[in-house]
Amino acid sequence: MEVGKVYRVAGPMVQATGLKSHMYDLVLVGEDGLMSEVIGISGDKHIIQVYEDTSGVRPGEPVKETGAALVAQLGPGVLTSIYDGVQRPLPALAEASGNFISRGLFIDGIDHKKKWDFEPVVKKGDRVKPGQTIGTVQEQLLIKHKIMVPPNLKGGEVKEIYSGNFTVEETVCVLDGTELPMIQYWPVRMARPSTEKLAPTVPLRTGQRVIDGFFSLARGGTAAIPGGFGTGKTVMQQTLAKWSDVDIVVYVGCGERGNEMADLLHEFPELVDPKTGRPLMERSIVYANTSNMPVAAREASVYTGMTTSEYYRDMGYDVLLTADSTSRWAEAMREMSSRLEEMPGEEGYPAYLGARLADFYERAGRVTTLEGGEGSVSVVGAVSPPGGDFTEPVTQNTLRIVKVFWALDSKLTQRRHFPSINWLESYSLYDLDLEPWFVENVSPDWNKNKRRAMLILQENAELEEIVMLVGSDALPDDQQLTLEVARMIINFWLAQSAFHPVDTFCLYEKQYDLLEAILEYREFAFEALGRGVPVDEINSAASKDALAKIRLLDDYKPELEKVIKQMGDEFKAMS
Amino acid sequence: MTKEYKTINEISGPLIFVEKTEPVGFNELVEIRTEGGESKRGQVLDTSDEIVVVQVFEGTGGLSKESSVRFTGDVIKMPLSPDIIGRVLSGSGQPRDGGPPIVPDVEREIGGAAINPAIRDKPRAFIQTGISTIDGTNTLVRGQKLPIFSGAGLPHNDIALQIARQAKTLGEAEVFGVVFCAMGITNEEAQHFMADFERTGALERAVVFLNLADDPAVERLLTPKLGLTTAEYLAYDLGMHVLVIYTDMTNYCESMRQMGAAREEVPGRRGYPGYMYTDLATNYERAGIIMGLNGSITQFPILTMPGDDITHPIPDLSGYITEGQMIVSRELHRKGIYPPIDIRPSLSRLMNSGIGEGHTREDHRAVSDQLYAYYAEGCDLRGLVAIVGKEALSERDRLVLDFADAFEQRFVNQGRDEDRSIFDTLDIGWDLLSTLPETMLTRIDDYIIKKYHPKYRKE
Ligand SMILES: Nc1ncnc2c1ncn2[C@@H]1O[C@H](COP(=O)(O)OP(=O)(O)OP(=O)(O)O)[C@@H](O)[C@H]1O
Ligand SMILES: [Mg+2]
Repeated sequence: MEVGKVYRVAGPMVQATGLKSHMYDLVLVGEDGLMSEVIGISGDKHIIQVYEDTSGVRPGEPVKETGAALVAQLGPGVLTSIYDGVQRPLPALAEASGNFISRGLFIDGIDHKKKWDFEPVVKKGDRVKPGQTIGTVQEQLLIKHKIMVPPNLKGGEVKEIYSGNFTVEETVCVLDGTELPMIQYWPVRMARPSTEKLAPTVPLRTGQRVIDGFFSLARGGTAAIPGGFGTGKTVMQQTLAKWSDVDIVVYVGCGERGNEMADLLHEFPELVDPKTGRPLMERSIVYANTSNMPVAAREASVYTGMTTSEYYRDMGYDVLLTADSTSRWAEAMREMSSRLEEMPGEEGYPAYLGARLADFYERAGRVTTLEGGEGSVSVVGAVSPPGGDFTEPVTQNTLRIVKVFWALDSKLTQRRHFPSINWLESYSLYDLDLEPWFVENVSPDWNKNKRRAMLILQENAELEEIVMLVGSDALPDDQQLTLEVARMIINFWLAQSAFHPVDTFCLYEKQYDLLEAILEYREFAFEALGRGVPVDEINSAASKDALAKIRLLDDYKPELEKVIKQMGDEFKAMS
Repeated sequence: MTKEYKTINEISGPLIFVEKTEPVGFNELVEIRTEGGESKRGQVLDTSDEIVVVQVFEGTGGLSKESSVRFTGDVIKMPLSPDIIGRVLSGSGQPRDGGPPIVPDVEREIGGAAINPAIRDKPRAFIQTGISTIDGTNTLVRGQKLPIFSGAGLPHNDIALQIARQAKTLGEAEVFGVVFCAMGITNEEAQHFMADFERTGALERAVVFLNLADDPAVERLLTPKLGLTTAEYLAYDLGMHVLVIYTDMTNYCESMRQMGAAREEVPGRRGYPGYMYTDLATNYERAGIIMGLNGSITQFPILTMPGDDITHPIPDLSGYITEGQMIVSRELHRKGIYPPIDIRPSLSRLMNSGIGEGHTREDHRAVSDQLYAYYAEGCDLRGLVAIVGKEALSERDRLVLDFADAFEQRFVNQGRDEDRSIFDTLDIGWDLLSTLPETMLTRIDDYIIKKYHPKYRKE
């Protein structure tokens, strides 16, 4: 390995001479050996982004090559970890350097000393392919970790296979001439291969009515959630991380708040996964590179997060990756680009912004794994547009790639309507692909009801414009009734508090029942109107208020039946 | 002693370019002496074998190619000892009160390493500011950063002072230590602050950093970093709960823009540097609590929104980092209401963890939500009344309209020295809500109504 010299230091960007490293190779800068990555080569100089603070680094200090790219360490022990953007475990950093993160510390992504019980699933003499499972480790009570032949190896004949307690570095298998330990190293900027991408025909249940009901995400799909500050991106991402029907969650806090991470880290070990009854933390991996941590590591965090996601996908798991916020990642890119004095594109972002975003989201998907199993990585990226203006480059470039758009609306936030997802602007391009699944698995009427509700909301939007001009009393009776039904859909169904112990999560069946009941109410109401019952009388039906509270009940069925009966009686009595 | 150089090659705005130096470290502290013997300080922004770029905090006025430059070999540090409490310092940390220099127990780098997110504690201790619009509807907790978004000519300084005077944690005798950083405020404003600190004895538990409007703009870039380094010392070394007030963040950001322009950087939105988010975050994120330590840092940054525009990059980027915002409203101010805080666009994001049973009172959330809902509705109705007239309103709507007026007069409005307890605040809320029929209190559980509604309490 060569040792070069620092030539220039400007913030997180360093130029060095005398190196032979390749693009994206990891190098160690200065006397302290700061973790860094080659991001450009120009003439005799290597351009390097440093993942740590460069204060005090001088020209002439050494730059050591490592000969390898920035890699993620993959193996048993990744789950429940809390990392910075370059996969250094934060609790271990705290042990090594105290309450504040100091520089020049390299700590392994997973514990290399801990022993795991390895159970082989292949025998001596078996032929194995890349990606094939050679054994398993019980990583968490309910999560089996598959030890696979690294996808970048050739595979071959199993010459030796061991069973028992091993560290991740010890050999558990000899493949032709190669000794395989449990740990794999994978360059984070490179997608892990799979055999085939599958069509997005299965929804990812999130338990959020506005999402599952209106703008659903497919397993292996991609979604963006743009919104101005305080419109609910983080709360939504955390809610998705808590309740989504997946096996593994990778939460990337990319350039956001420390207190939010603290909140999550306090909450996840205590909340339980409704499906398994186990603490959420057991199925989670957290990357916390807060806004005050180095920007270059922030830039890397989405890739380390993605690589760990793909790794669990390869074992056949469904993984959800949430990135909060991709705008901070884009800004980190912009900052490095401007220090490289690259030609700026729109609003100073580099011209390759769109390409980078596309490469990232392209790594999502439901796939056939190399081994022939099925796994998925679904990605939800928050976007933080300046001034809440969606025409800016990061939002626009993201929307060109992702298939689901949950548009947060600050007007809804101001009315304290949560989630503040605008139902007229948002969309899911998986809609048609997922319809058959809902018909088959939830109700034949699922899609029909959804369309009816949407029509009512569209009509409502038009009527509201008129109301602004003339007041609602000037509208004909049937339109006043439509306004009222729309209000019910908005307040009783679309609104969902993330902080209510029951309402924070809603199964498909309950989603369906609630909407069906509102639509039934509408039938009754219009029927009564047809009979000549005045609107005011219809609108003061007590069953309506009762309907509002159903969503807050865990065991809601008996109460809902009662309310529906009450509804029938009440309307019959109106004359 | 380190070498002195007389190799300034170029002076441009706040920057000097020095050549033919020995290797100089990034961010290093630089001392510069004019021919006349005046000394200035600077910091290395860019360093290479050929040229070193230095930003000069006191401005480059008076410098020439003959000035001498000394690189100290060390980054900028803040001298700290318990004696710093009660001192008034300049925006670059020099004594401004005629007192002696600080004899340091410790010296700390001012850049501020990031708190490890894994050892942050969750902020949840309620702070009573005595102001109803904060305590009641936008509650502040220890370790939070909650900015005041204001506009030119609005009484944000009075609000900040009132908070500094009155802030306390329920059940604890300890008062907050205050670190006050002024950046580019006028002499008059500074005097106003100082007089108040002296009048109330707050200076005895405060450290003040003053960079005034006529002080060098570049110096402002240091001020919050010095203040926060001091705050961390008070909090984590001395175990104090510290309130950091800085005003005016807008001036700080303007300096940043100037520096960016001087360095010919590619500007981001509206000419502000692309790294402004990150830079602001390195200040704001220094709020918090560390597990196992006693102290805490709570921040109250004040910024004036240029043109009252909340989408301007300064409030916008701040809002993306802080945990909520308090909005000072010109309209309420015109109505003569103090503090003119509009609760509708205001929000404290950490409110939930600091209120309710065990923190304030069990009815807090419900009362706050209900007050908010009818005040917002009442404000909307004002718009309608302007078109159709009050007579056209239903009786219910008229009640709501009156409620909104009363809310502004009784809940929002209070004296500059009026220190309301949270219980007083909630009771005022109940008084207002009791002007509405009980059936309209849809956001409050029945058992809470039975327990706290004035109608039942009197019986
Ligand atoms: N689903 C929800 N239910 C209840 N309250 C919510 C919900 N979503 C958001 N909120 C409220 O809005 C506040 C802001 O939400 P959040 O922190 O998610 O915003 P954000 O979009 O991530 O903002 P930023 O871009 O500044 O990080 C929360 O603190 C909470 O009070
Ligand atoms: Mg957020």
